[in-house]
Amino acid sequence: MSRPAARAASGQPSRKGVFGRLADFLDDRTGYRAVVHEALYERVPGGARWRYVWGSTLVFAFMTQVITGLFLWANYSPSAQTAWESVYYIQHEVAGGWLLRGIHHFMAQAMVVLLALHLLQVVIDGAYRAPREVNFWLGLVLMMLVLGMALTGYLLPWDQKGYWATIVATNLAGIVPFAGPSLQQLVIGGPEYGHHTLTRFFALHAGFLPATLVMFLVVHLALFRKHGLHAKRPITKPDAMFWPDQVLKDAVAMLAVMAVILGVILMPALRAMLAGEVVHLGHLGAELGAPADPSLPYAAARPEWYFLFLFQFLKVFEGWGATGEFFGAIVVPGLIMTVMALMPIVGNWRLGHRFNVAFTLAILAGVGLLTAMALNEDYSALWVNRASLAEAEKLHDQTGGDAAKLVAALGGDNAKVAAIKRQWKTLEKVRRSQAYLDAVKLAEADAARAVELAGRPERIPPAGMLELVRHDPQSQGPRLFAQHCGSCHAHVDPLAPDAEAVIAKSSAANLYGFGSADWMRGLLDANQVAGPAYFGNTAHKEGDMVSFVRNDLTDEATWPKADIDAVVAAMAAEAGRPVPAGIAGLVAKGRELVAADDRCGACHTFHDNGTEPGSAPDLTGWGGRDWLVGIIADPTHPRFYGDSNDRMPSFGTAAEGSLPPLTREQIGLVADWLRGEWYRPPER
Amino acid sequence: MARPHGNNSAASVRPDDRSRGADPLAARREFMAKVVAVACGGLATIPPVVAGLWAFLDPLRRTRGAASFLSVADLAAIPDDGLPRQFPVIADRVDAWTGFAAEPVGAVYLSREQGSREVRALSATCPHAGCFIDLEKATQCFRCPCHNSSFTLDGNIVNPSPSPRAMDELECRVGGNGQVEVKWQKYRAGIAEKVVQG
Repeated sequence: MSRPAARAASGQPSRKGVFGRLADFLDDRTGYRAVVHEALYERVPGGARWRYVWGSTLVFAFMTQVITGLFLWANYSPSAQTAWESVYYIQHEVAGGWLLRGIHHFMAQAMVVLLALHLLQVVIDGAYRAPREVNFWLGLVLMMLVLGMALTGYLLPWDQKGYWATIVATNLAGIVPFAGPSLQQLVIGGPEYGHHTLTRFFALHAGFLPATLVMFLVVHLALFRKHGLHAKRPITKPDAMFWPDQVLKDAVAMLAVMAVILGVILMPALRAMLAGEVVHLGHLGAELGAPADPSLPYAAARPEWYFLFLFQFLKVFEGWGATGEFFGAIVVPGLIMTVMALMPIVGNWRLGHRFNVAFTLAILAGVGLLTAMALNEDYSALWVNRASLAEAEKLHDQTGGDAAKLVAALGGDNAKVAAIKRQWKTLEKVRRSQAYLDAVKLAEADAARAVELAGRPERIPPAGMLELVRHDPQSQGPRLFAQHCGSCHAHVDPLAPDAEAVIAKSSAANLYGFGSADWMRGLLDANQVAGPAYFGNTAHKEGDMVSFVRNDLTDEATWPKADIDAVVAAMAAEAGRPVPAGIAGLVAKGRELVAADDRCGACHTFHDNGTEPGSAPDLTGWGGRDWLVGIIADPTHPRFYGDSNDRMPSFGTAAEGSLPPLTREQIGLVADWLRGEWYRPPER
Repeated sequence: MARPHGNNSAASVRPDDRSRGADPLAARREFMAKVVAVACGGLATIPPVVAGLWAFLDPLRRTRGAASFLSVADLAAIPDDGLPRQFPVIADRVDAWTGFAAEPVGAVYLSREQGSREVRALSATCPHAGCFIDLEKATQCFRCPCHNSSFTLDGNIVNPSPSPRAMDELECRVGGNGQVEVKWQKYRAGIAEKVVQG
């Protein structure tokens, strides 16, 4: 008998209110009450338990990812010129974008942890056994899908971290026999990484993988309901209902997960507030590295922490070549997955279940151990006492790491040789770790600089952020200098603690503050001009300038202190640098002195003083951008050192048909960097 | 074959059997469990939803910059025959994170009478639905290709027309250097009043 008919038959007038009647109306037409009833009133044998919460918590985590992912999608733009830019925009400019992205980022990591817990609980409780084998296999598929989403999501910001991690991951896919190269090319959308790598990874991350996951999840849940909850044995307590008993525990677990995630996101803000610092919301939550640059080495490249074990595992096969990678990245993980897939069958044998539990725990322990090893390799410089290695380090520098020389140096003390050799191994590790930590620091500085540049009032050029970064003297200058100039020139603040040692090692002038009043004052100082910070380590040590500074400038009758001050002021002004307040009034007088043919003008050309170029560098525009670009491009030009140039290469000229070491633009970047000319954000 | 955990179908145990009847304390405990479960679940769901909506509503915070006069043509480039001619409007433009320098952002029709230094500027954006209005040489009138809104060369409506108002006239001035400057502004489409779009 249908319900309306039943009500009519009972002859009682309905005493329900509007909502009650509306509910009846809906139920008559949809049968929703039965569905809700089916969903909520599942029997939990032996009562609700905390160990059952992981599945529900995973569903909650996935729903969180769907919600935050859709809203991120509303702001994200997958292309090589807009991916980093749109993620920057989400993180730093969209209201609440930092929170949205932070939840998505950390919930992804929480999902990996929850997956491990869910799997562990299922294996320990033997919940994979008949009739639940298929559901266990579905669970393994779901796990692979979640890991696939983690892997594809890592690339989407198109920052250095995601880019290089993806290069590695896709190259590993490429070593799969037969299909590998085609598979790799399909995934990255062509032979090169670019727009189509992003569109494809995005389609996988936000389309194919989650859609597949939902399909598998529906079947996983349906089978879970069909077979009922697999209770922990022995059952000692009375049965309970899924609603509200187990739901209560599930909900508390979900809230705890969300609380942890919010805690991770907000902790730095709390710390900053307690320290009385300003909190920048854009700096909270997920990290955004510098934009992906295929031309820039990225020594800080590491996979996300939950893939570190795989990264470390591959190192075990170092020296095996491609076979090692094939073995470590495909064969071993494949075997592990196969053993896991066989668990329901193995579990039927005597001791089979124990084997499964032991295997799972061993794998987890292995993963934990490999992760710890990876972290130890990267961070050991933070805790290994470098001072205790001082002797070994000194001997290493002396002998160049040569064992025979070490034996000689220690006079054949074999015990000591062995001890030092052991310390050398530690030293090698510490140095590698330090290199990694330095790379991380550099990566962080690059990332911060990119964010600074993106906030310029002119905004990001249509060609994208990389274009802007590559034209930024502040970040590119030091790299170009280190690569092309740093083998001779120092660039170190003379007041820095290790300045003296660095300057002593250099074979040309210290260019820190070149063009400034301080730099010029040092040049005109008889005690410094022939020192290592100026001409001391060059052929000019014996030159006219050094003897002029030592002999003429020290004669107070011809060069009173005020005249030297005036020259310093004039040269700083010529370089476009600030002139110190005390001598600012002397610029005009200084210009006359520099130009005068019985003073500097005797050797140096200065504007229209008539001195022929060739005997000494032309001081017109000295230290300015044009002057610097000119001397870096060609110091042998008569305008600069001409024939008396000492070893400095011409960076901007080349023989017919070959390229100069540096482009005009790169030289300009070095010049701008030396002059401190780069974009600085307004003080907030 | 015996199923290891019995039949779990929902019908086998009715929740009502438990809470109804016996123990009022148990009923109260169950009620509290329901309240706390819903509260915890709800609280856990709030952050992603709030963060999502917060970010989604961000565009509402964004406003178009104040309209400014943009140089669009040299006075001499506008023949003084009273007939309108189309000129591109070039301006710096920011699209979310991208900055475009000196880019065509739209067009205006400029006209001036014989011997006059005064220029009349009509926006090429149709007040009906925002399409780009064409100048039809053959019929000597403005026509929008989307829904056939028609306007006289002065910009007035030619009836019947779907456009609720005449073409939008833009403020226009001629600088000392002979540069024609137009106040580049957008107006809301589809309404009879000429209201600046915020």
